[in-house]
Amino acid sequence: MMAQLMAIVRKDLLLEWRGKANLNALTVLALMIVLTMSFALGSDPTRLRLTAPAVVWVAIVFAAVLAFVRAYQMESENRCFEGMLLAGADPRAIYLAKLAVAALTMLVLEVVVIPTILLLDGIALGPRIWGLLPIAVLGTAGLSAVGSLYGRLTMAVRAREVMLPLLVLPVVVPIVLAAARASDLLFHGPAGQLGTWVGLLVVADVVLVTAGLLTYESIAED
Amino acid sequence: MVRRDLWSFMVWLERNANRIGFACVPILAIGTIMALWWSPPDVHMGQDLRLMYIHVPTIWVAYLALTVTLGASLMLLWKRELRWDDLAVASAEIGVLLTTLAIVVGAIWGKLTWGVYWTWDPRLTTTAVLVIIFAGYLLLRALTEDSWVRARQSAVIAIIGFVDIPVVHFSVLWWRSLHQAPTFLRPNLGDPTMDDRMELTLIVNLVGFTLLYGFLLGRRLRLARLQRELETVKWDDIVPETSALEPVHAR
Repeated sequence: MMAQLMAIVRKDLLLEWRGKANLNALTVLALMIVLTMSFALGSDPTRLRLTAPAVVWVAIVFAAVLAFVRAYQMESENRCFEGMLLAGADPRAIYLAKLAVAALTMLVLEVVVIPTILLLDGIALGPRIWGLLPIAVLGTAGLSAVGSLYGRLTMAVRAREVMLPLLVLPVVVPIVLAAARASDLLFHGPAGQLGTWVGLLVVADVVLVTAGLLTYESIAED
Repeated sequence: MVRRDLWSFMVWLERNANRIGFACVPILAIGTIMALWWSPPDVHMGQDLRLMYIHVPTIWVAYLALTVTLGASLMLLWKRELRWDDLAVASAEIGVLLTTLAIVVGAIWGKLTWGVYWTWDPRLTTTAVLVIIFAGYLLLRALTEDSWVRARQSAVIAIIGFVDIPVVHFSVLWWRSLHQAPTFLRPNLGDPTMDDRMELTLIVNLVGFTLLYGFLLGRRLRLARLQRELETVKWDDIVPETSALEPVHAR
């Protein structure tokens, strides 16, 4: 299973590397969301600083949902997904590979988007910036756990661009909430309750990845 | 064993739906009269308390209905029998309807007692997330043609949604309580000082609404089964036609 997982991850990363269209488009989209939110919020620097953690996670979530649509769009073209199953790929390996690639893509996007908003809103984090790393990784993993499952589920649905966010967003409420709160505490303090939110992210990730692994097989062959 | 019992209960429910429906009419009528006139007004909330007799039964049946959907979804993935999908969707539709109703009644009650229609109270927020998850469940069903694909897709959504609900609840609970003192002022159902007449009224209405759920579920189960049968009948109609179109020399 591990070899299959690595092979699919390699395939998807290679496709992403050769095309780059996906990551570039998503990064620009996320930056546009950040900009649009800033315009909508007004030019008051204090307000922008306070809303920064919320804005950044809204941008990440919406970009992520599109990433999940794209991840399966390329599989449905030329019936690639069926090909993987026919080649004997374990559905769980496909699920974990999709999860890993989506999470990696989103993390690259976050490396661009998060510093940008910190710069724009004049938030100086100093060494605390490393604290963002576990929050981003855990939050992105949780989003990808849901997105990789529901992306497969809506792969053949007519209105998948609408249906996927509709299905994903309510389920990822705890992840968005915990990630945004944790970032907020990191940006503006007090850092005392940070552990609670990171703990919640860990629990949500474990629950969602386990549930995804257990149920992916039953929808993989549709 | 459990599967067979559940299965025969479904058959029974479908056959006796109308009887259950007739039974629930007088109970709900008596329950309404008790709720509006017989039970006393509350010491603190006055007449507003009467909303409880509709709010509590609707939310109770809504949670029951969505739990039934979860059970049916698990059975479907386990046993791969389409009949469980009938039960899942029948119960989910009733669940979404009643959860929405409970939220609306709750909002009106909230306006009367708390002064606002909505607060980000964990119970309210979790219920709202639950209703959105199952609204998506029903929407996706409407977009999928193949009944097998649809059944398995919806089962997965129902299970993931249910597994997620405790996490949602805790996240919202902490979101609220870590920022301000927990002020969950809420009329408590299990209050031991509740008047006997109030308690009896509530019980009568709970029984009435549960029977109403049984009636709706039985009718909806029948509809789901007939829809599925219609799909197969259509197929059977096509088969002789295609054989009639075979080349003449084949006859």
